[in-house]
Amino acid sequence: MKRFLKLVGLVSCVSVSAFATAQEVNVYSARKEALIKPLLDKFSSDTGISVNLVTGKADALITRLKSEGKYSPADILITTDVGRLYRAKEQGLTQAIETDAFKGLIAQNYIDPDSNWVGFTLRARPFMVAPERVDVSQLSRMEDLADEQWRGRICIRSSSNIYNQSMVAAMIAQLGEEKTQAWLNDFVKNFARTPKGGDRDQIKAVVAGQCDIAIANTYYLAGMASDGDDATRETASKVKVVWPNQQDRGAHVNISGAAITKHAPNAAAAQKLVSFMLQEESQEWYAKTNHEYPLRADVEQSEVLTTFGDFKAEDVDLAKVGELNRQAVILMDKAGWK
Amino acid sequence: MKISPWREPWLWAVTVFSLLLAVPVLLIFTSVFIPQKDLWQHLFATVLNDYVYHSLLIAFSVGGLTLLLGTSLAWLVARYEFAGRGTLQWLILLPMAMPAYILAYTYTGMLDVAGPLQTHLRATFNWTYHDYWFPDVRSVGGAILMLSLVLYPYVYMLARTAFSEQSASFYEASRSMGVSGFGYFRKVAFPLARPAILTGTALAMMEAFADYGTVQYFGISTFTTGIFRTWNGLGNAIGAAQLAAVLTSFVLVLLLIEKNSRRRLRYFHQGQKQNSAKRLTLTPGAAVWAVIACLLPVSLGFIIPCAQLLIWAAERAATQIDKSFIDLIWNSFYLAASAALIAVGLALLFAYAKRLRSHWLLNSQVQIASLGYAIPGTVIAIGAMLMLSAADDALNALSESLFDISVGLIFSGTLVALLLAYSVRFLAVALHNVEAGLQRIKPSMDDAARSMGLSSFAVLKTVHIPLLRASVLSALLLVFVDVLKELPATLILRPFNFNTLAVRTFELASEERLQDAAVPAIAIVLVGILPVILLTRALESGQNR
Repeated sequence: MKRFLKLVGLVSCVSVSAFATAQEVNVYSARKEALIKPLLDKFSSDTGISVNLVTGKADALITRLKSEGKYSPADILITTDVGRLYRAKEQGLTQAIETDAFKGLIAQNYIDPDSNWVGFTLRARPFMVAPERVDVSQLSRMEDLADEQWRGRICIRSSSNIYNQSMVAAMIAQLGEEKTQAWLNDFVKNFARTPKGGDRDQIKAVVAGQCDIAIANTYYLAGMASDGDDATRETASKVKVVWPNQQDRGAHVNISGAAITKHAPNAAAAQKLVSFMLQEESQEWYAKTNHEYPLRADVEQSEVLTTFGDFKAEDVDLAKVGELNRQAVILMDKAGWK
Repeated sequence: MKISPWREPWLWAVTVFSLLLAVPVLLIFTSVFIPQKDLWQHLFATVLNDYVYHSLLIAFSVGGLTLLLGTSLAWLVARYEFAGRGTLQWLILLPMAMPAYILAYTYTGMLDVAGPLQTHLRATFNWTYHDYWFPDVRSVGGAILMLSLVLYPYVYMLARTAFSEQSASFYEASRSMGVSGFGYFRKVAFPLARPAILTGTALAMMEAFADYGTVQYFGISTFTTGIFRTWNGLGNAIGAAQLAAVLTSFVLVLLLIEKNSRRRLRYFHQGQKQNSAKRLTLTPGAAVWAVIACLLPVSLGFIIPCAQLLIWAAERAATQIDKSFIDLIWNSFYLAASAALIAVGLALLFAYAKRLRSHWLLNSQVQIASLGYAIPGTVIAIGAMLMLSAADDALNALSESLFDISVGLIFSGTLVALLLAYSVRFLAVALHNVEAGLQRIKPSMDDAARSMGLSSFAVLKTVHIPLLRASVLSALLLVFVDVLKELPATLILRPFNFNTLAVRTFELASEERLQDAAVPAIAIVLVGILPVILLTRALESGQNR
């Protein structure tokens, strides 16, 4: 028992001293360590605020946040999809961010109406096709993918994947549930194989000839196009990016972003970190390293992304997309999208 | 003199610890009482069929395949003498160090449509994708194969011990009655070893039920992937917990069957060591086939994937190995070692309690506490998180009212959470081994030793410890290897700035950076091989005693 008390004493000393320094910020990140740590290190060296990091799946982090309640040490939740930011907000786990510092710099749509989350980067999900086998003039809209001529020719990953869920949710937001369901039912019939693997796998399958059209996020293709491996670069060079819906609602996009937690013990430092992520330098780092589109209009996208061409992005209410995630999964289940 | 069970220290100790271990699971089960009618209607109409079908298909096929592979290899090694047997008998164990999901990544990398082999075939013969047939790695069949290749050592290990312990007198008696060769295996050796073999098979099947990494990577709808989908996609945590409860009840049935069959174990072991049957020497021709048979599963489950991983790792090692990588190895190692010590300590407590004070309440507590093996790591992690957060809340409220300071998340925010989750998940593995070892020591031996004036401590020291050594060691090492490979719970519960090899591998592989993932994957295998080698040594010296 004496030992136990000693232990408790020791642990509390450690925790108390941690509170005393206060110059730290605790991050729960759904972005993988390799894709966020360098930037966080930069933040630490710039500001002297040390960053503690846990990475994991967004939903696990949200559950952890919720179960830890008011004693949670987490200050910031970083996710790769707006759906999860919405979910954290909906569960009352977030607080309003001071947006004055960057309000004019990024489009209003990428900030939560109640300022409970803010976007960092933009990712787009166009078609990637084998140009010699696909007549691009037949393929200008998402809606076209339901056409019978594409039977057995489309590769896409599983419906468990959040990028697909958000894509369908955005469609529901714009076309309504009925039309989306009808589209899904036919779209699924056109799959070349049971959905499996990641976005790069879909692109590779197009090049290997298993299918003719893949749907994937641009930074996967950009990553392949700038890979150290010759064969990977060659694979990437064999597909062509097709931007859908350029004459109407625009191509599907989503954001990565962050929220400050409701009980953040270091809210001020967290606020600094959010602002840091929207600084020109950080946005440039993301653009160059991860090949995601910077949210700030004054920061240039990476060179590889430029080769994919300019596009019109859909102007959908991202909060709504988050809200419709569940509905999207239900429709995908009904359509038999594995 | 009969003592009231509530005055029994054994019963109390078991009650406290089994409750600690059972709470995370029970928390999940309480979800069953919150009706989710809409959700179940939806699942029933759409995906539930697939979940049930695929989960059962995978678990039973893996069970059958591991039973076949493990038993025949064990029989070969235990019964026959051939060149290379000494080396092969531990080589066969190596796939145990290979996590199934890493095997899945590796084979996909090699054999997928876009992989080097098929690309090469197409280029050489000027084929297009539709011109030829090639088996699809990412399929239900592929998943069964991947899981079986890394799980057969569980059966092999237990079966080999059982076969080599069988007394020579059985064999001689059988021969005198004209039963030999395969007839002896079928009529005598297999039935005698059956409890051990079924235990191994049940462990393999439970692993297959709880697997998430492989089936998720292959895009197969099973209960575990369904749990994630329901939780993440549909945002329904209660429904996810209910699915987990259904999965657990499948496994409960499996456990009961296994338990039932193992009940007969006590009739078979005679306690005292008898002469094992001498191994038969194979003819040179047959020996070649025996070596091939032993090498095949090791090659598929270990050597080939390791070679591929090494090739990938060689390209990327320079960018991956730095000081933080050493931390990663160290973290993984001491976490697995501590978890193994805790789980085996608990297993010893539970097993001894059952042995010394058998009581229905105590026995069922032990049973419930070992349910965790069947449950996906994610589900246990959430249960553990809920339980420890509540404990933290209470502690903080107390310290705030007494000293006006909060002590922070002492349990849920630290390694305590991980160690609890591992104990819940892997107690069964430790318990199976320790119980099997204890069952080999007949109570009459205790009585004999006591009657010779030895204290119960002396009995433990001179009788039990030497006899239990091999079982305890194999329990320690199995839990060690399992924790080293564990992914979902680690991912959810780890504290700030704490990473393991499994997590690093997963993060890189899920970014589809297989080549980068190869470096930590190799490290997992290397750290995992050491105990496998130690285990074999220990088992051998135990046999030679």
